[in-house]
Amino acid sequence: MKLVTAVIKPHKWEDVREALEAFGVTGMTVSEVSGYGRQKGHTEVYRGAEYDIALVPKIRIEIVVEDGDAEEVVGIIVRTAQTGRIGDGKVWISPVDSVVRVRTGDRDAAAL
Amino acid sequence: MDGYYAFMLVATLLVLLMTTPALALFYGGMTRSKSVLNMMMMSFVSMAIVGIVYVLWGWSMSFSDGFSGDGKLFADPFKLFGLKDVTPDNYIYVMFQLTFAVITAALISGAIADRVKFSAWVVFLPLWVTFSYFPLAHMVFGGGLIGGKIGAQDYAGGTAVHINAGVAGLVLALLVGKRVGWPKDPGRPHSLPLTMIGAGLLWVGWYGFNVGSIVPAALGDADFDTAQFYAETGRTFANTTVATMAAILGWLAIERLLHGKATSLGAASGIVAGLVAITPACGAVNISGAIAIGAIAGAICAYAVGLKFKFGLDDSLDVVGVHLVGGIVGTLLIGVFSTKDGAAGIDGLIYGGGFGSLGDQALGALIAIAWSGVVTLVLGLAIKFTIGWRIAEEDEVAGIDLAEHGESAYDIHSGGGSGVLTGQGGKA
Repeated sequence: MKLVTAVIKPHKWEDVREALEAFGVTGMTVSEVSGYGRQKGHTEVYRGAEYDIALVPKIRIEIVVEDGDAEEVVGIIVRTAQTGRIGDGKVWISPVDSVVRVRTGDRDAAAL
Repeated sequence: MDGYYAFMLVATLLVLLMTTPALALFYGGMTRSKSVLNMMMMSFVSMAIVGIVYVLWGWSMSFSDGFSGDGKLFADPFKLFGLKDVTPDNYIYVMFQLTFAVITAALISGAIADRVKFSAWVVFLPLWVTFSYFPLAHMVFGGGLIGGKIGAQDYAGGTAVHINAGVAGLVLALLVGKRVGWPKDPGRPHSLPLTMIGAGLLWVGWYGFNVGSIVPAALGDADFDTAQFYAETGRTFANTTVATMAAILGWLAIERLLHGKATSLGAASGIVAGLVAITPACGAVNISGAIAIGAIAGAICAYAVGLKFKFGLDDSLDVVGVHLVGGIVGTLLIGVFSTKDGAAGIDGLIYGGGFGSLGDQALGALIAIAWSGVVTLVLGLAIKFTIGWRIAEEDEVAGIDLAEHGESAYDIHSGGGSGVLTGQGGKA
């Protein structure tokens, strides 16, 4: 199994969720996060005083999938979240040793 | 006459609204979320302390010699102590003037936000109004040196209120010193909606301040001059309105030029800058003069608030840049734009009145600057070397609301994390 983690622009979140559901992804964990990459933050000016706001708000999506689905899920996220402008985010895949469904104790593929 | 009494009741309530809650909201929104309660409390306690002191000896010290025009610095503080010998049918005038003293003192608090012992402020308030505001109110409104002898025009308090508070803010900001981390972290405003609500309420309240400052030619039923009353209140109301509108535009224009964006804080600040500048001039100028004064004040103040960074002066909420600068602009421009139709019947520079009026205005402003500067310096030093102004550095960093009042303004962090990720630290 693989963990797909995506950090995307907040306004793309609804589109990405719909595309993933259409593909058959049944669940995910989503959090509002802050960070920066090459995009950096922005500048605010109050009565002439400049503030560099370093962190940019983003949405982080975490999905555990079977090995064979990982590349397809990544592809969907990238296609849907892409605007072509700086700050679109990142998606990465990590190996997952084991998954347990808390309600039933089912393991691995049965737990997804 | 009955109408005039009702008018004074409304005007007094409107000026009361200016301090609590308008000024408290305007200033409170500009502080950080950890200091908003202390900032608002500085206004609220000014209401309580200055108000009591006012009926004890404030009214007497400002107005007990019957507008004699004697050119004195202040009147006898004991003659009408505790309003003895003032009949209740005159109390409304006392209350009206009381609200002026309250807001003048409260205005100063913005210069020393986030870092001053509440006890030091409580001690400063009665001393400062006694030695700075009450004398200047006598000099300007009570027939004393500035209004009575020199004849400088000040309809509602450009000198006695705004220059006075602005100079006091300048002196205290210097004496008290900068906040921890300033100017690297200048303190991003925590709630601009509060500031905009405050500015809007100040605007409404200011009609009490300016329009209510009319001095009718005669108060008796038979000889009350209705024509004068209508003309003068109409003029001050309209001038207060258009000057403030022009000041918003002036501030936003300068901001757009200097920093690229027209901001909500700029609009709120422009409102106050315009109101400050038209305060002394609202009875003296015509509509175009009021628009000019508003636009000039908005533009100059928008530029002036940036200067504190060059001078290293942590005038936290720009009492100097808005009230001192705006007060001087309005006071001086009377000498340029006043017309013979105005309350004092004097033509200014552009209407062929020469430099005489401008000179009187400048002298009046200078006396107010010098008086407030010296008094505030002496009182500020006395407090600095006795009880001290500053709270402990670690309390300032943790937040003055908690240290001085044992409260927090908002309980929003419990569900939303520590605030570290949302950039609340800010940096320059």
